[in-house]
Amino acid sequence: MSRNGSFALLFHTLVVLFMLAPLMVVCLVAFTPQNTLSLPTTEFSLRWFRAVFERADFVDAFYNSLILAFSAASLATLIAVPAALAITRFEFPGRDFFNGLFLSPIIIPHLVLGVALLRLFALIGVNGSFAWLIFAHVLVITPYVLRLVLASAIGLDRSAEHAAQSLGAGRFTLFRQITLPMILPGVAGGWLLAFINSFDEVTLSIFVTSPATQTLPVRMYVYATESIDPMMAAVSALVIALTALTMILLDRVYGLDRVLVGKQ
Amino acid sequence: MSALAAIRLGRQGYLLSAPALALYVSLLVIPLMLTLLLSFNVFDYGSGIKGDAYTIEHYDSLLGDPYFYEIFLRTLWISALTTLLCVLIGVPEAYILSRMGAPWRSIFLILILTPLLISVVVRAFGWSLLLGADGLVNQTLQAFGGSPMKLLYTPFAVVIALVHVMLPFMIIPVWTSLQKLDPAAEQAALSLGAGHFTVIRQVVLPQIMPGILSGTLIVFGLAASSFAIPGLLGGRRLKMVATLIYDQYLSELNWPMGAAIAVALLLINLLIMLSWNRMIEGRYKKSLG
Repeated sequence: MSRNGSFALLFHTLVVLFMLAPLMVVCLVAFTPQNTLSLPTTEFSLRWFRAVFERADFVDAFYNSLILAFSAASLATLIAVPAALAITRFEFPGRDFFNGLFLSPIIIPHLVLGVALLRLFALIGVNGSFAWLIFAHVLVITPYVLRLVLASAIGLDRSAEHAAQSLGAGRFTLFRQITLPMILPGVAGGWLLAFINSFDEVTLSIFVTSPATQTLPVRMYVYATESIDPMMAAVSALVIALTALTMILLDRVYGLDRVLVGKQ
Repeated sequence: MSALAAIRLGRQGYLLSAPALALYVSLLVIPLMLTLLLSFNVFDYGSGIKGDAYTIEHYDSLLGDPYFYEIFLRTLWISALTTLLCVLIGVPEAYILSRMGAPWRSIFLILILTPLLISVVVRAFGWSLLLGADGLVNQTLQAFGGSPMKLLYTPFAVVIALVHVMLPFMIIPVWTSLQKLDPAAEQAALSLGAGHFTVIRQVVLPQIMPGILSGTLIVFGLAASSFAIPGLLGGRRLKMVATLIYDQYLSELNWPMGAAIAVALLLINLLIMLSWNRMIEGRYKKSLG
């Protein structure tokens, strides 16, 4: 049942085209056989994808990003789950302040966080360290995990926990056997959302990476400011494919619409 | 609950949030304070940052130097225009989406919102392919007999790409407030003889206003501090505040000046967010009782 007029549908079509056009164009240009940025019309070629894998700097940056996103998302989850439980389960002075503080990196520009961390890292002499880059990413992606875990922990039915407790389950057993399975969609969805956000992050990373720890988005940003060729399109197409894959997973474990527009 | 139990429960709460607190204090609170301190440090191109000498010179030139003034003004109008376009496109689109039938509604919602999860560098690159000198837009223009235009490295390119990146942030809150709308109110107004536009203006719009306002806020804040879009589509000459800070830090190496601009950007951002929030809360608490 559609209640939209033809003008509304035309408007809608244009908006969808506008949103998808840059992504489609990137994916098409990636298959060009030419040396220039042209849309392939008759022939499709994989030469620019091969070119990507021959560039050691891009391959290294890709592995850096992968390891970074994986470790940062896992650490952020380890930090956000107890924090979410603390906020939803316990009354303590300063709880609202904690909640606000933990979500605040969402409203602070990444650029400001980037320069602030650059100063800290320079002062303690860890600039360009991969471990500290991971911590920096943990900071900006923890709010995403926290939000999803909070959402799934708030509406939780506590009776199963009380039952387990009265049957003599210890605190850790209680968490592992009862609480965790119930908040698992939020935890897994949060991890994946954090992974995507860390993998995509460029503004903060550009300040706190060194050539050795450069991430893929930073490598791409620097490359695109210097030169534009179809290899950039091939890298972009690979990034789009990887993101799409993660999004499908996210949809399976948590529901993409729930991640994007909240609970339905 | 006894006071002792409250303390015990409270202690568990602190214990569970301790790792997060440690992370946020060491990587958020302390670095921001260090940056604030840095913005008052004396800087000399010969010897660098003087950690023990303080000055307000950087804030002074931020307010007085026409070069900075021009960049702040440009950032302001580009963000304002982006926000306006996002309202004009995002609000009707969210409304149209909410009126769609069952499978299409979620399909298109996901299709429109997922670009949000794709790297902003990729999206900026996509726009540079479309808007470049021999890009798709110019090819289409030429095919219809027009002459090619310079689109890339203009404010136009920056605004278009910013609208593309920010549109989901407008659609999401508007969509959320549309979900809370009671369809019976619309039907009642229609059955009482109100025209379609009257219904939208008098019934729908007032109820989704909080959503539109919070979308406006998010879009403006993100646009004003956006970095990759102006960096890749604005070129070297079209600076915005974020690219200016980047230059101060990584090419001029004048960290105190960069820190002063970053502090100003953060303060302006927080100020707009907080005052807007207060305004919305005040207005809607009043009208909703």
